[in-house]
Amino acid sequence: MRFLETVMGIPMSIDIRDEVDAAPAAERAFAVLREADRRFSRYLPDSELSRTNASGGRGIDHSADFREVVAIGEAAARSSGGAFRIRRADGTWDLDGLVKGWAAARAAGVLTSAGLRDFCLNAGGDVAVSGSPGEGRTWSVGIRSPQGPEAMLAVLAVTDGAVATSGAYERGDHIVDGRDGSTPRSLLSATVVADDLTTADVLATAVFAMGADGIPWALSSGARGVLVLDASGTLLGAGQLAFAQPASAG
Amino acid sequence: MNSRSWRGTVLFTVILVTMGATVGLKLYGTAGEVTAASTSVHSTGTTGSSAGDDSSAGTSTATATPTPTPSSSASASAPAPATTTVTGSAIDTRYGAVQVKVTFSGTTITAIDPVQYPNRSGRDVEINDQALPILQQEALASQSANIDTVSGATYTSEGYIQSLQSAIDQR
Repeated sequence: MRFLETVMGIPMSIDIRDEVDAAPAAERAFAVLREADRRFSRYLPDSELSRTNASGGRGIDHSADFREVVAIGEAAARSSGGAFRIRRADGTWDLDGLVKGWAAARAAGVLTSAGLRDFCLNAGGDVAVSGSPGEGRTWSVGIRSPQGPEAMLAVLAVTDGAVATSGAYERGDHIVDGRDGSTPRSLLSATVVADDLTTADVLATAVFAMGADGIPWALSSGARGVLVLDASGTLLGAGQLAFAQPASAG
Repeated sequence: MNSRSWRGTVLFTVILVTMGATVGLKLYGTAGEVTAASTSVHSTGTTGSSAGDDSSAGTSTATATPTPTPSSSASASAPAPATTTVTGSAIDTRYGAVQVKVTFSGTTITAIDPVQYPNRSGRDVEINDQALPILQQEALASQSANIDTVSGATYTSEGYIQSLQSAIDQR
């Protein structure tokens, strides 16, 4: 059973293979995503993030969710030597590098808590999978090529884990190397496989900012595997990366 | 110390998976052709058997073997899963040569044994901090896999929505 909804201006899908009526659980998962959007959106003037940035952070009693996301971001900023950053040069918050993954991880947690075992949640390219799509198969997660949405760099076989990819090919130069404010150019795309989507999303953003030097850092920070395409078109992999079986194998 | 040996294990895992899949894919490719040949012979056999006798379609493959089908009948006559062992070619990597032996039951990999792989000296452990260039053919081969979903740095574009939809529909 598949559910599709646009949240944060991004198409998000939940594909549930358990043989149950999963609609109520899917609706609760989407509600989590919508709530995160209302809280962290840069486009809603009323969001906690917008109000915080507008006031310079004064007089705002932050929610537990806000503090949690900031804490995760600050830990990643420290650990990455500042390459990952959650504040702009002017001091305002920019939590885009982790809010989507964090919210999607929480939504996936809602599905698990509802007793669902076999599902795939895709929040605009951030993917969390659980169990199997059926017949004991592993989930096949295509990694979009920077060349275009129809082309795949590779297809990964993933069990109970999360995949996130960062690149500048769709939203433009939105990621900044927080160490010097420069625009990262050394990688075209960075994909991280991790146990949870919060980790995968943060690490993918950070690796994209850091370049290939970020790969060993990501592996020591919770990545199971890292797959990057560098500017010369070379595909680099590290850690555990299982590739899906070609269709010709049946 | 602990993290160093862990990294060595990671490298080893990557090499094994990469090599195993590479060898596996080659054999899977062959296996796919055998299956295709078997299917075509089967259909020939079915028409043949319907002309000859009323036996069930299940036994028609046996009938098919002696039919005057060209060379494909030879490879199609062994449908039962056989255990085969294939030794992959030695691949030079920046970490040294890598070679594995893969055991198949039919088309299922039942074992992957290293024949040679880089020794895990201190030097290698240092190098392991670098990313390992992926054997291109393996990543390329996986591109044709059926996909359940797509990961990408993707936001509002119409192209992405279409791609996501087509990806889901392909399953």
